[in-house]
Formats: sequence, C-alpha cells, structure tokens
Amino acid sequence: MDWLFNFPFEVNLNTDAIDQAVRGFAASYSSFFDGIKAALTNFVGAINWVFSYVPWFVLIGIVFFLSWKAHRRIRSGIFYSLLLCVIGAFGLWGLMNLTLSIVLAGVIIALVIGLPIGVLISGSEHANRIVRPILDMMQTMPVFVYLIPAVIFFGMGSASAVIATVIYSMVPVIRLTSLGIRQVNAEVVEAARSFGSTRAQLLFKVQVPQALPTIMTGINQTLMMAMSMVVTCSMIGARGLGNEVLIAVNRIEISRGFVAGSAVVILAIILDRLTQGWFSKKEEAGGEER
Amino acid sequence: MSDIIIETRNLSKLYGLRRDEAAEMLSKGAGKDSVLRKTGVTTALYDINLNIPRNEIFTIIGLSGSGKSTLVRCFNRLNRPSSGSILFDGVDLMKMSKPELREFRRHKAAMVFQSFGLMSHRNVLGNVAYGLEVCGVSREEREARAMEAISLVGLEGWEKATIESLSGGMRQRVGLARALANDPEVLLMDEPFSALDPLVRNDMQFELMDLQKKLNKTIIFITHDINEAFKLGDTVAIMRDGRLEQVDTPAAMSQHPANDYVRTFIDSADKTRVLSVCDIMLKPACLVRLTDSLTHAIREMRTNGVSSVYVRGQGMRLKGILTIDEAVRAHREGLAISDVIQADISTVPEDTLVSDVLPIAAEARVPIAVVDESGALKGIVTKAAVLSSML
Repeated sequence: MDWLFNFPFEVNLNTDAIDQAVRGFAASYSSFFDGIKAALTNFVGAINWVFSYVPWFVLIGIVFFLSWKAHRRIRSGIFYSLLLCVIGAFGLWGLMNLTLSIVLAGVIIALVIGLPIGVLISGSEHANRIVRPILDMMQTMPVFVYLIPAVIFFGMGSASAVIATVIYSMVPVIRLTSLGIRQVNAEVVEAARSFGSTRAQLLFKVQVPQALPTIMTGINQTLMMAMSMVVTCSMIGARGLGNEVLIAVNRIEISRGFVAGSAVVILAIILDRLTQGWFSKKEEAGGEER
Repeated sequence: MSDIIIETRNLSKLYGLRRDEAAEMLSKGAGKDSVLRKTGVTTALYDINLNIPRNEIFTIIGLSGSGKSTLVRCFNRLNRPSSGSILFDGVDLMKMSKPELREFRRHKAAMVFQSFGLMSHRNVLGNVAYGLEVCGVSREEREARAMEAISLVGLEGWEKATIESLSGGMRQRVGLARALANDPEVLLMDEPFSALDPLVRNDMQFELMDLQKKLNKTIIFITHDINEAFKLGDTVAIMRDGRLEQVDTPAAMSQHPANDYVRTFIDSADKTRVLSVCDIMLKPACLVRLTDSLTHAIREMRTNGVSSVYVRGQGMRLKGILTIDEAVRAHREGLAISDVIQADISTVPEDTLVSDVLPIAAEARVPIAVVDESGALKGIVTKAAVLSSML
C-alpha cells in the first residue's frame, strides 16, 4: 500500500547547476553589480554623513516639533522626544544613526520605484494582472531567501541590506497607492474628465490628492516593513542596532539583546507616529467641522 | 446660428461582442431583453434622433436603466456611442481628436452630477476654479471668474469653506457654479437634484429656471421625476429601454401622449402645473350683448339650460355676468341688462396655469372667464373642467 502514501516520482532539480549559473552571471556582470553596490553604499553613507553632523539635541528637537505638530498635542512632542533620549541614554545613538541610514535609503528607493508602479497598475488592468502575482510572491517569500542572491550579487554590507529592504518593503506602497487611486469616487473622476483634464492633470490634480490618505498609509506601512528588516539585514553585514541584537543572540547576552531590541522598537514607534499623525490630522479636521 | 444646438443622428450604444447581430435584431423591433438573451449584447441606446433647441431647458426623463444618463454622457463623449453621429453646431463630436475633444469639454459643455462629483481636497473656490485651472487660466483671473460663478449661485462668503462642511443643496450649488465658471454653451445636468430633499429641490429648480433666464444657456436636464421634467422643461423627451418614446412640449405631451407607455408615465404627473387655462377652456355656449333685451337673455339661458350668461360689450370685451335670478327680477321691474349685471367677476389671462386657478375655481359660483390682454373674452373655465384636468 506504499504507493498510496508515497508520492510516485521525484524530479531531481540540479540545484548545483542553478547556483553555478547564478554565480557565473554575477561574476560576468560584476562591474554592473559593483556599480550598483557602490552607488547604494554611497547613498547610505551620504545619509549617515548627514545624521552624523546633526547634533543630538537638534534631532530630538525635530522629533519634538514634528510630533507636536502632527498630533497637535505638546504632550506627544515631549513623550516621543523623551523616548528618543532613552536610546541615547542606552549608548546606542551612533548605532541608531547607522540603522536609520539603511532604513531611510531602503524606504526612499522603495518609494521611488513603488509609487509609479502603484499609479501604473491602478490605471491598467493589464499591468495589474502581471504585477499582482509578483507582489504576492514578494510578500510571502520567506525574508531570508532574499538575502542569498543579494549577497551573491552585491556582497556583504549595507548595499545588500538596502536591496533586501527595498524588495521586502516595496509591496505595501504599491498595493495601497493602486487601491487608493482605484477607490477615488468615479463621479469625481468623471467630473474632472468632463472639464477637459489631460491624463496628467487628472492624475496629479485629482486622483493622487484624493487618494493621499491611502497612499500615506502605504508609505507608513513601507517604513514599518523596512524597520522589521533591521535585524534580518544584520545577517548580511548591515551594521547598527540589528547587528547588536544579532551579537546578543549569538553570545546569549540577555540584557544586551533586550536593550538593543527596545531601541529598535522605540525607533519604529517614533517613525510610525511621526508619519501617521500627519495624515489622520486631515480626517480629524473634517470630522470637527461636520 | 441655427436654432438647433445639438443634433443626434441614429445614435446607438451597444455593449458586447455581437453588436452587428444585435443592431439587426433591434432594427426589426426586437426588445432589449430578447436581444440580450439571444446575442449577449446590452442595449444602452438605440437609434436616438434628437434636435435640441438652443437656449432652452431640454429635459430627458426615463426610469433607471432607460439610457438617459448614457445619452447625456454622449454629449460630451464621456461615453463613446457605438454608432451614429452627434452634431454640435454642425461639428461631429464623433470625429474629434483627443485634443479637440478636450477643448470642446473645456469651453462648450460643462456637466453637473447627481452626487456632485466634488473634490474633497479642495475648498469651494478650488472646486469652482478647477475647470479654468485645467485650461491654464492664470490664478488671479480664474479666482475672479470663480467668484463670479459662486455669487451667481448665491454662495458668497462660503468660498473658503470645505466641501464636508456644506449641506447637500449647497454642494450642488458648488457643482453648478463649477459648471458655470467655464461659461459653457451647454449645461449637462445628470439628475442634479435627485439627491436633495424635496424643499431644497424645489428651491433649486426655481433658481435654475431663474439662472437660465438670466444667462440664456442651453440646459440638458436629466431626471426621473416627471413633475420636475414638466416643470423645468421647455421640451421633454421620454426614454424607455434605450429608445426615445416621445419628444414634445409638456402641454402637448400631456394632451396627446404618443402611446400607452407615455400615458402611464405622465399619469403620475400633476398636470395642473403643465396645462394652462386655454388648454381646458370652453367656448361659451351663449353670450348676450349689453344692448340686448332681457327677454332675449332669458330665452338664451333657457334654451342652453344655464343659469347665468356672460355679457359682452363692443367687440368681445367682457362686461360682466347676468344670472337668471337677476334677469327675471330686472324684467319684472322693467330695468335693462346694464343695471343688473355683476361687473366684478373673476377673470384670468389665457396663459394662467391650471394649478393657479384651483383656488379661484373652488370658490367660484359661476364659470371663470378667460380674457386676453385687451380684456376680450376668449372662453370660460368651468369647475368641472378644472377638476377633471387633475385626473
């Protein structure tokens, strides 16, 4: 009865050959990938350079001001800037800047690629059919799988980390941009067309502004996804808070891991609140007047 | 310039693959449902031939799914008809290139929508100025022109308000101002007042008629409310299943419905608001002159079986009414007709709406006299005629 419970045949995938081919590809186009790597590394370096020249109190001041404005409460400003002080007090300020550089570089690239794709698939059913399964795959593929080809093509370091972050975090902004634009009231779009709008006028004067709250949610989600890649990326040589957690895991140092982990959480909360507040603000304003 | 601004020729819109087959069936008089069953083609419009007069309110009425919204969207090509032609001042809309069509939409025809179609991210001024903005009008000029349109619809002082803060009626005023700001030749209005409550709708209808008189624009007005169609429309078109049933003036339509469908449709209408007294008045059966003898007057009344008679002077000028009681009394006392006629009788001009004579008719003991500007008697309206016109 074995034939009932054992699958009858197996296809032997020649994994070695595939790996060889990929490595060969990487090697033969190494100048191309090296160029991208250099560009990404410089991009992260540039952001980090900016952060390293911003005095600590200025950054805290900015967080205070932005969260005060975003939430319209001075209490929020004090709370989030105090949270940032906690990271500094843990002695993790420099590492936080490193982490922030990689996350921001990843998010910026994800947005630059993701926003136009979202707009494109919102307007074309054809493009949507092609892109959707790819997005599904990007979202469900285990994160670690991205790391391997990233390392093969770009080596260890911040460039690979940025690439992995971009792939993982790009999905929400694409999906929500497309969703937001599709959800714009059909009559509003019709009205804009009836007044003789060009395609670009329709998009930038009507569809994107009307979809803005949803698009902003997408940007916020992309930021959060990028933050969740911090520890994973440290496995391929990204420095910063994630690396600190990784070291703590390897050495089984509970307190070190806990402190660094808390710093990641605090950073994520601050980034989340700073980006979310702005967009819920509008809705609240509308609600008050209604 | 001709009197016809928009002309459609054999305009059809069919959705589906086997359109030729469907058109063939439709031309043989097949119904919408059987065409859908046999060919899978949905008939939105079939063979629409319309002449829309310039500077009038033209209402199109039909039940939902009758194709009226599809038709109005053909007039600015938000919908592309599958065959036929639309001539706007003699220019075929179907042959326009994309840039030409854009120019047409910017300057010739503007649209007002059922659920307003306003942009919540802009305030009132921003919404009204939108049509000018896409034309590339400078900020100062477009805001000045938008302000004019805003004051035209009575929203001065609200230009900085958000759309959310406005009531339904005010939102539709914004929609109307937005359409007027571009100074189009034609206003396309797709059930603009359907989403408003009855009182506000009534106000808006009057204001629209007022604006039309002031600005002298052609208005194509879609509605599913027969009373609204008759009240606003100089001409009314009735649609059913994508075809035109009848195009006529409200009064002509209520008196001569083309078929049973139109009859049942307009039966629900309050015809007293459409018919004027000249549509229901009768020629008086008997009439006496002021100089006639009383014996003649009494004999006239007796032979015609009436208890009162109108008395005319020179020409057909109405002098008053003589009742049988008064005539008999005067005859006994040896007086003349001029001594006993009642001169203060209720008269109405010919173009008075029946709805306006209802209160007079309810009070009147004698028929109401219909007179022209010179005071000449044109006919009489009896209580029975007024009441039966309401059925």
